[in-house]
This record gives sequence, C-alpha cells and structure tokens, in this order.
Amino acid sequence: MQIFTCPFCGPRDEREFHFIAEAGKTRPDTLNQISDEDWAAYLHSHRNEKGHVREIWMHTTCGELFLLERDSVTMEVLGSTALREAGQ
Amino acid sequence: MKRYSAWQLFREGLRGGKGWGMAWRTPKPKKQYDVVIIGAGGHGLSTAYYLAKNHGITDIAVIEKGWLGGGNTGRNTTAIRSNYFYPESAQLYDLSVRLYEGLSKDLNYNVMFSQRGMMVLAHSEPEMEMAARQYNAMRLNGIDAEFLDAKEVRKRAPILNYRDDARYPIHGAVNQPRGGTGRHDAVAWGYARAADALGVDIIQNCEVTDFLMEGGRCVGVNTAFGEIRSGMVAATVAGHSSVIAGMAGFKLPIHSYALQAFVSEPYKPVLDTVVLSPAVGTYISQSDKGGLVFGGALDRVPSYGQRGNMPVQEAVIGGLLEFMPALSKVKLLRHWGGIVDVTPDSSPIIGPSGVDGLYLNCGWGTGGFKAIPAGGYLLAHRMATGQHHEISRPFDLDRFTTGRLIDESAASGIAH
Repeated sequence: MQIFTCPFCGPRDEREFHFIAEAGKTRPDTLNQISDEDWAAYLHSHRNEKGHVREIWMHTTCGELFLLERDSVTMEVLGSTALREAGQ
Repeated sequence: MKRYSAWQLFREGLRGGKGWGMAWRTPKPKKQYDVVIIGAGGHGLSTAYYLAKNHGITDIAVIEKGWLGGGNTGRNTTAIRSNYFYPESAQLYDLSVRLYEGLSKDLNYNVMFSQRGMMVLAHSEPEMEMAARQYNAMRLNGIDAEFLDAKEVRKRAPILNYRDDARYPIHGAVNQPRGGTGRHDAVAWGYARAADALGVDIIQNCEVTDFLMEGGRCVGVNTAFGEIRSGMVAATVAGHSSVIAGMAGFKLPIHSYALQAFVSEPYKPVLDTVVLSPAVGTYISQSDKGGLVFGGALDRVPSYGQRGNMPVQEAVIGGLLEFMPALSKVKLLRHWGGIVDVTPDSSPIIGPSGVDGLYLNCGWGTGGFKAIPAGGYLLAHRMATGQHHEISRPFDLDRFTTGRLIDESAASGIAH
C-alpha cells in the first residue's frame, strides 16, 4: 500500500487519490481558432515519463487538487505541493 | 530450419534430446539492415516474420534490450478472442484469431492455441440486455457468438457461484466459441525460430539508446553494440513506447500502467473455458498444467515498475471469489505485473509515427497478446507496401487528430 500526502489532509492511503493529468499542460485559447493538431496535442499527447514525474492528483475525499512528484519506476513519492496559494 | 515433427520427437526421445540444436542463432549485429525492429516481444518478432514471409524483406534485425519474449509477451494471461463491439476492432482482432488458428502449422511450432471458448457473464436483467446488444454486434461483425441462459452457463462452468443469495447472481453469458488461450512463450519462440530461419537477426541484450536522424529522417539506431543503420525502423515496445517516442522527439497519446496477473498452484481440472465477469472485473482460465490463471483491471497509478499494487490485488482476488467462492482456499503460486500502453480509446496504434522512416505498433493496452499475429501482419504490410491494409487503416495515429476514435472501452464494457 502506498501513502500519498494530501497538502490539506496529510498522509493517506493511495485508494483515496485519483490521477488527473500530467502537470504543466495549458489549455489552448479556444476563443481563437486553433488547429486540429494543437487541439489533439492538448487532449491526447503525454510525456509519460519513465523516472521523475510531476502530476496533478486529486484527494477524492476532500476534493483537493495538488501537484504530486514521484518516481514512476521505483514508485517513491518525492513530494506534494498545494496548487492553491492559500494552501501554501 | 530443422522441422519439428512427431517422428523427430520420438527419435530425440531415444537419444536423450542431443540432436535438437539451437532454435535460433545468436548473431553479431551488422552495420546496416533494410529494417530494424526495436523490441523482440511477440509483436516485434511477428512483424519481422511477416516482413520476411509475406513481403520478401529478410534483411532485418530485431533488437531487444533483455531477452526475447521477456516483457508483456511472457507476462500476460494468454486469452485470445475477438468479441469486440465496433466493426473495426472485430476485423482487427478476428484477423488475429484466424492467424492463431493456423499458427502452429505455419510456424512449425506448437503454440497450444486451445479454442475452449470465452464466456462474458451477465449478472442482472439489465446486464442481459447489454449482453444481447454485445451478442448482436458480434454477429453483425461476422464473429461467432452464442447467447447463453443461466442453465447453459451452469452446464458449461459448474464451478461458478449459483447460490440464490449470490451477490452477483448469474443470469446468462455471451460466449465466443473460437476464443480461448494459447501458450504465450511458445508464440514468441515460434515466431523467433521461424523468423530466424528466414534470415532475420535477433539480437538480444542490446538496448537501443538513441535514434540516428538525418535531415529529419530516422536512418537507424544507436545501441549498446554501436550504430546500426537501416532504411526503416519499427518500434514494438508496448509500455515503453513513450520512452522511444521521447528519443525521437515526439509524444504519444499513451499512459503506461502496471497490469497484474496471478497464477495458483496446479489443481485438478475445474474450468475448461475462459470466464470474465465484467461486474467484478476479474477473468480466469485454467492452464494445461492446472494453474488457475487470472487477472483484472489496471493499477490506477501510472507506472514503469513491473509490479503491482495492493488495492488492485485485493479487488481482483475479491472479485474472483464473488463468482467462484469455491476457490477461496486455493493457494497462489505467483503474481506479477507488466507495463501496458493505454490509449484514450483503448485501441492500438499501427503505422507511421510522424517521423519519416519510423513506424509504430503500440497502444494495445491490456490486450496485446491476443493481437500478436495481426499486429505484426498489418505493420509488415504497411511498411513493405507503403499503404495501410484496410484493416489497419482505422488504427493509424492520425485518428487522434481527426477525432475518429474507436472507443472500445466505452462501447463494449469488457476488460482489455
């Protein structure tokens, strides 16, 4: 069983968490025309890195979204960072 | 290639097996090939075999960082089926089932494809309606299918839970009679031996570290054994496809997850078909040795660690005991994990990568083993002729830009 740390609640069982997306993706400005390629890249292209990863996870019991850094090979958790300024 | 036969088996039995020889060579890589294939799993070896057999391209190296068939090809639960919902998928996976049907003869290697049927259970009247929809879709797709009531399911698999107070009572099932199981290692070994006999060099323990790029075109690979140049490169590396794409400077619509599987100690025969319960997410078959082989859903944590996590182990084993409580005292022998490449629509990617000279066969997710013959057959066709086979066309990488996804995970409700 892995323990992830919610910046709001503290360390909890992995079953309480849900993977949302890789960190660092920005939604294209859809008020302007964007190409199919750019939209497809936003929707579907992933770095899917082997090793150190930065991901957005949700602690489903409290709803907190946060940045989780971990190693995708050893599964070692390297740190949790709140995304809300008030939470930092 | 020395042909295997009953006569030879008898003869070698009398001389202590001294005359078998090696099934394939261990060649030193040349500096240049027509085609380099990265990954000597089932898909890489079958791509090489069909390039050589169907298209006469024999100057091929299959480069493997570990040992051949040592990744997902040797880690799956060996189910083979084509009970898919969409016509595109049905055509793709049924090509594979048809190739499997003739594979032992084609390769002169017994892959032990046993068409013992594959039953997908329905546990309520609404599930029976969805099962009827699945059955109808299969028949429309030209796939063999049977719609079974509870009595018939009980006759075929008496070990399931038929108690009145079962949490998941059995109302019926959809069966694919031509589905079944194969011997996963034999598929890898059979393709390796047959490809080797056609002149393909299989180079093991040789990791690809980089691509050779010239003018935006991929012209070979850098490996642990030095530079190898080639006219075309194919990547058939399953869970590591994103790592290979990263070397070539592009991204794929893939997340890598661990998928776990389990096998019990050998027991006397209790189950002669493959059974899946979508409600609990567990499926099971019994191997010829007697081991109960079962698996379930993906781990929910993206991973490259070839092992699984506890919550999914509990869910899979708990699910199994819901519909087969008689197995509660069975002892597990082994449990393991492989890294699978999951696309947004749970369908594979076959064809050009977007980088000139580099081709992909990936994205099979949890269902790559059953597709080994078709994946190799279709990628070989695309590479050799420059044109998609009509079956592989819908599975080109371009579907993520056009939006024409083949969303099997949403349509069929079956585990992949």
